[in-house]
Amino acid sequence: MNHDSYPDTYIRDILDGVKTIALVGASANTVRPSYFVLKYLLSKGYEVIPINPGQAGKEILGQTVHASLADVPVAIDMVDIFRNSEAAGAVVEEALRLPTLPKVIWMQLSVRNDAAARLAEDKGLKVVMDRCPKIEYGRLSGEIGWTGVNSRNLSAKRPVLKSGFQHRGLATSKSPQD
Amino acid sequence: MTDRIPGFSTLAIHAGAQPDPSTGARTTPIYQTTSFVFDDVDHAASLFGLQAFGNIYTRITNPTTAVLEERVAALEGGTAALAVASGHSAQLLTFHAMMTPGDNIVAANKLYGGSINQLNHSFKSFGWNVKWADAEDPQSFADLIDDRTRAVFIESLANPGGVVTDMAAIAEIAKARNVPLVVDNTMASPYLCRPIEHGADIVLHSLTKFMGGHGNSMGGVIVDGGSYDWSSSENYPMLSKPRPEYNGMVLHETFGNFAFAIACRVLGLRDLGPAISPMNAFMLQTGIETLPLRMQRHCDNALKVAEYLDGHDKVSWVSYAGLPGDPNYAKHQKYMPKGAGAVFTFGVKGGYDAGVAVVSNCEIISHLANIGDTRSLIIHPASTTHRQLTDEQKTAAGAGPDVVRISVGLEDAEDIIADLDQALASIKG
Repeated sequence: MNHDSYPDTYIRDILDGVKTIALVGASANTVRPSYFVLKYLLSKGYEVIPINPGQAGKEILGQTVHASLADVPVAIDMVDIFRNSEAAGAVVEEALRLPTLPKVIWMQLSVRNDAAARLAEDKGLKVVMDRCPKIEYGRLSGEIGWTGVNSRNLSAKRPVLKSGFQHRGLATSKSPQD
Repeated sequence: MTDRIPGFSTLAIHAGAQPDPSTGARTTPIYQTTSFVFDDVDHAASLFGLQAFGNIYTRITNPTTAVLEERVAALEGGTAALAVASGHSAQLLTFHAMMTPGDNIVAANKLYGGSINQLNHSFKSFGWNVKWADAEDPQSFADLIDDRTRAVFIESLANPGGVVTDMAAIAEIAKARNVPLVVDNTMASPYLCRPIEHGADIVLHSLTKFMGGHGNSMGGVIVDGGSYDWSSSENYPMLSKPRPEYNGMVLHETFGNFAFAIACRVLGLRDLGPAISPMNAFMLQTGIETLPLRMQRHCDNALKVAEYLDGHDKVSWVSYAGLPGDPNYAKHQKYMPKGAGAVFTFGVKGGYDAGVAVVSNCEIISHLANIGDTRSLIIHPASTTHRQLTDEQKTAAGAGPDVVRISVGLEDAEDIIADLDQALASIKG
């Protein structure tokens, strides 16, 4: 995969295909980006499991925080990494030791570790780096256009409204809350 | 849509505008409402905390205006845009997000007269200083940038002089000093020139002009190029520092490459308030759908009119970059080869009085202070738009006593020329 530029279809397939997301580096601070993303993904119907050793055993947004990926009692579809690029390497290695391999490794905006990405891709995982799933979901659903952001999506189809006012699903395919 | 990259005309019609999700209306409805209901208190809290995308109040976002914003962002190749009440308020919010008292803007001396006033006078009361560089000498920008410079500000195609600015050279200088380059692209429109491709970080428009194109609605826009690293210094605290307005949120960290547009919206527009009306946003985005067609005809007509004036014995000079002998011709070919715009100046023999005579005697060309209308427009800047400037500033801004500015419209070129012909004939002597 060329990690400088992802086709929309690649991102859309990932966001459509995963259900359980482990969010590494989740913060309980309500103005941190990791809190935003956790809250947003929950509102879109994903099961999001916060990972943060300092918060282990506590809850963020009603979700029990675990100290590490290995402590998560269910299979994880996607690991979303809110750590710096170097630290992301160890997170990927930990993910690749899980009994059930995740399908996707996602590194947040400004996080990029090409060596770790190769390790994951060699095991058949999909990798996204230097992107935010909240922004990508908002972009592909068209929601982000409400804030004047260039979604780069054109469509003459009527958008799908999901439950709740002002909530849209992904524009052309089923979203996880269906 | 597949991953194919759509062309400019397709974006001008479709960008930002899917059918209305509630009704299926194909044209974007005018959401003439001040406010939007919340699902529940948690949803409201998410919106106020910038944690969810959605609408609260039309001063901050509106679904009709959002279509205009996304469309202009797409046409300029930006990451996001913010539409506001006028081009002037776009400038106010842009610099509000960058400046603290004592900072300065290094600006080209060839700007729209209203912008020169805004920078010289109104901004000074905020403690924002301006230093004027020679629009035709990129090195003069380098000489003026200092530790307190927070922006370089130029027009891609300067109003009213027909000067094409050497954007790439100035962008290189700004980049070397880590100062963002702000380009007003009103006169060229993204159809002729996309400043982000030449190194601009922020692009501004008065949408009132060629973008809307029909002289019926005021509007302005700020386009975020997504290229400037606001966290690379301590100079842009609105973007790189925790904001007390949002409980300590850091906007650049949170919104990445569209943080500037967000800062202008959630700090500038929220607190200073120059919101565009949904009705005007609708009129402007409808105009933009035909921008490629109109802009090409504007340029084709302007070239014919410029060629006619260039050969007229009562005209001493014509400053139109589209004329092969013009000093700006090479830059026009480099930056905007499809056309040199539709606004230019010419000098009439007989000075101030002759200028007044020409604008007074036109029959179908309207004497008024605007540009970028379907109609041809004419003005004598020395007696109107640039009246407040000193004689020295007028000449520096390309608005000396003999200067007449024309904005060539979409009428038949032969009729525009015939009208100018009889108006020029009215000059005495």
